Amino acid sequence: MKNGNLTRSGIQFEEPLLFENSTPGRKGCSFPTWKGKKHDIPPALARRQPARLPEISEPEVIRHYTRLSQWNFSIDTNFYPLGSCTMKYNPRLNEEVARYTGFAHVHPLQPQETVQGCLQLMYELERYLAEISGLSAVTLQPAAGAHGELTGILIMQAYLQSKGEKRRKILIPDSAHGTNPATAAFGGFEVVQIRTGRDGILTPEVLREYMKPDVAGLMLTNPNTLGLFERQILEVTGIVHEGGGLVYGDGANMNALMGKAKPGDLGIDILHFNLHKTFTTPHGGGGPGAGPVAVKKFLEPFLPVPRINMLPGGGAASAGGGPASGWSGAPTYALDFDQAQSIGRVRAFFGNFGMLVRAYTYIREMGPDGLQRASELAVLNANYIKARLLPHYHLPFGEGTLHEAVFSDKKQKDFHVSTLDIAKRLIDYGYHPPTIYFPLIVFGALMIEPTETETKSTLDQFCDAMIAIAQEAQTDPEKLQKAPHLSGHRRLDEAKAARELKVRYQF
Amino acid sequence: MNLPEDLKYSREHEWVKSDGKTATIGITDYAQERLGEIVFVELPNDGEEFEKDETFGVVESVKSVNDIYAPVSGRVIESNDPVVETPEILNEDPYAEGWLIKVELTDPRELKDLMSAKEYEAFLKEEGE
Repeated sequence: MKNGNLTRSGIQFEEPLLFENSTPGRKGCSFPTWKGKKHDIPPALARRQPARLPEISEPEVIRHYTRLSQWNFSIDTNFYPLGSCTMKYNPRLNEEVARYTGFAHVHPLQPQETVQGCLQLMYELERYLAEISGLSAVTLQPAAGAHGELTGILIMQAYLQSKGEKRRKILIPDSAHGTNPATAAFGGFEVVQIRTGRDGILTPEVLREYMKPDVAGLMLTNPNTLGLFERQILEVTGIVHEGGGLVYGDGANMNALMGKAKPGDLGIDILHFNLHKTFTTPHGGGGPGAGPVAVKKFLEPFLPVPRINMLPGGGAASAGGGPASGWSGAPTYALDFDQAQSIGRVRAFFGNFGMLVRAYTYIREMGPDGLQRASELAVLNANYIKARLLPHYHLPFGEGTLHEAVFSDKKQKDFHVSTLDIAKRLIDYGYHPPTIYFPLIVFGALMIEPTETETKSTLDQFCDAMIAIAQEAQTDPEKLQKAPHLSGHRRLDEAKAARELKVRYQF
Repeated sequence: MNLPEDLKYSREHEWVKSDGKTATIGITDYAQERLGEIVFVELPNDGEEFEKDETFGVVESVKSVNDIYAPVSGRVIESNDPVVETPEILNEDPYAEGWLIKVELTDPRELKDLMSAKEYEAFLKEEGE
């Protein structure tokens, strides 16, 4: 298929499972014969038959996984405009720095004086994130955004308990990420959903109705999942604070605010970052996530331990036999486990350290002006796509959107073409479909987030494909209803897959 | 859109059919179409009680997971087990085979708060549909 100046075709391979490639007696590795004593596993627990493992040679295994890796659709291979997920390019400099021996080959149980550089990096990253968020103190431990949310909610709970307050409810707008209500419920709170106004944002009038004495706080994403800045946020956070609650900020959409507005200044008390969104560390299979949490000063005592302290150089800490951090006078860094009000650890060791190195590298590489520019370009790119697609797709909340654009299938419905059909057809054009059917307040949502790194020609090619699909919807709806046509597999029956779940190989 | 005249409707897109003492509850044709292909249904056990506006079950489709809100207060006297086993019934026949639960009404006066087919149709229009 020809689109712009790129010739595209769907995914073409067919790969059997390792079990299907198994040949009895074939071996990929050989173990030395065991000459020790017979095992003392109780007979009732010991395996009677050999484990049913695929019998396969090493090159076969390597080819299997290499071929699978070639199917990977990633930000390294194609445009990936998955709304809300912020599929940012992962700069190669991050990878280079993460592979420095001093970062890659350390053990989390090493004596602190031998990992001063790692501790310094974490300490400084905490400071950078505090500066970017306008908040005072940061923990880097949480392993992902939802984990950061849980950490934040536990901090909220610990704070309220310390005040002797029993507040049971958390308010969450209906535009929120699904993780917000899940987190609040998991943290033991009752979730109360608030309706957003006609223009897609939370209004002080509606919030006032819900802000009762039993409300612990509000979870808010800004800009929200429609890409809209919550324009009344100062009034909104003021109402929650007046009512004795806290405001949790979901930092998933920080890529629109970074360097432009500080959540702390907007009245947010607790905020999580997604380093794998805003700060260019890899997503999902490309590497674990990281969800640091920043808080206001009065919440600092509740942060997870260990905290990282900087001890100024030249003082008692570095005198005689102190940490071997080089020249005298340099500051040293130490872990602090002694925090009586801390919610405790939320993860083993220090979080996903490799991701912290990458995020640190990105922040240092970009600098304050670069980060600001990244947000500006992310917003510009999304608005460019919005403007080009506006004549062809319905845009329910269009005014003033920032880093993403949420369309719907309302115009295509007339031709019996749905959002799912449009998404599947995009596969034929060589694109990963955007996020679909989210946020829930937009029926048939198509949520496009291009991020800042894409060139105008990439954006144009994607828009050309979307416009071509809108035209196909009118002239040849069946082509969309049956898409994709060029992929190795045609449309999968998602309902059947969910109804008749098969999660393991059937021998 | 199919909106039977003999049913009452809620703002959360449930329908109620009642003789004044008991009621059968399901989700509307509009709701099933909006949800898309339904893959999972969770219903309460017999004897469970709930208040109006409380959630009593869950419907999951390929698009989303949604709570089902009680349009009236009551005690469950029967759940539609076939719908749990074969959720697609809910897409195919939401008003008959796809009923969800039968309840004994706690307060029959609550029926008055529900909408008629005409009112529900107007409500959907107002919601922008």
